[in-house]
Amino acid sequence: MQNRTYSGRFVVLSALLMVCGSVSAAETYTLIIKEHRFEPAELEVPAGQKIKLVVKNEDPTPEEFESRSLKREKIIPGKSQVTVSIGPLDPGTYDFFGEFHEESAKGHIVAK
Amino acid sequence: MLATALIVFREVIEAALVISIVMAASRGVAARSWWIWSGVGGGLIGACVVAGFADTLAEAASGVGQDLFNAAVLFTAVAMLGWHNIWMQRHGRELAQAMSQVGKAVLSGDRPLYALAVVVGLAVLREGSEVVLFLYGIASADGSHTGSMLTGGVVGISLGTAVGLAMYYGLLRIPTRYLFKVTSWLILFLAAGLASQGAAYLVQADLLPPLGHEVWNTSNWLSEDSLIGQVLHTLLGYVSRPDGVQILFYLATLATIASLMRVFGDRPARPAGH
Repeated sequence: MQNRTYSGRFVVLSALLMVCGSVSAAETYTLIIKEHRFEPAELEVPAGQKIKLVVKNEDPTPEEFESRSLKREKIIPGKSQVTVSIGPLDPGTYDFFGEFHEESAKGHIVAK
Repeated sequence: MLATALIVFREVIEAALVISIVMAASRGVAARSWWIWSGVGGGLIGACVVAGFADTLAEAASGVGQDLFNAAVLFTAVAMLGWHNIWMQRHGRELAQAMSQVGKAVLSGDRPLYALAVVVGLAVLREGSEVVLFLYGIASADGSHTGSMLTGGVVGISLGTAVGLAMYYGLLRIPTRYLFKVTSWLILFLAAGLASQGAAYLVQADLLPPLGHEVWNTSNWLSEDSLIGQVLHTLLGYVSRPDGVQILFYLATLATIASLMRVFGDRPARPAGH
């Protein structure tokens, strides 16, 4: 009886781990905002799988990461970072920009 | 200056449209101004608080705190709009009758004005916090352009307000008999659109599957960046490249509110006596 409870718990635990595993399995890529520019301005990511994009704002002023083709829009306050989940993407190029400094903050993601 | 005006205008327009619909929907109610302006005031204070804690919020929940917050705000607004519509379905007819009988006399009653105040407050909070952050960013940047950009901010806010006023006075031209019917429909679609926006935030935070990335793409035909696209985005929930889950939330919200209106609304409103 006791054994069965333990094995039950084990099943639940491993199921939980699998869920966590599949969540954290998304590869992480980092974009840095510095002097209202993205670094790198071109980011290559694998197509067909989910990725996590960490956008780190090193400027003291806030920026809004925005992409129409990726359909993402998120404010990054000065000196902080956020996570944006993206994909799975079809192969292709996806533009993004910083809405608050559109003239300089531009870049694109290339999914291959 | 123009760029600033445009960004601020984009943020303000949604809140302005929401306020104008709520104002029209609560026409003829005695204390409505008090409630609605408290909503605006509360929303503005909230916007400053949210902007002040923006970095904490942004980094919360491993970088998706902002998405969770926005989704919570949106879904609360959806619930309040739904509740208002169900209530109005029950009482709207009497209300319209009473209004045409006594002219535009005082109608008090237990109308759920708090629900509308919350809706207004949340709209101002969400859009306002972005404006505050943006303008703060400008003000704290190097001083050379600050003046012209702040002018841009004022222009953006004024233009957004003008669109809201145009909507409001447009709605007021609708005869009283039909007004509440029209505002109920507007609120129904507004709620569905907000629910689909909320779903999009949860997809961005990886808490909901997109169920199809970009089910259609009409961005070449009508982009949400255009004025019409933006207005339709707020009023009807128009999205040029929706995720499947957004469509699902949109339809589910429409169906849920509409059927609750049906179930609860058609019962006789007066419980006592026959």
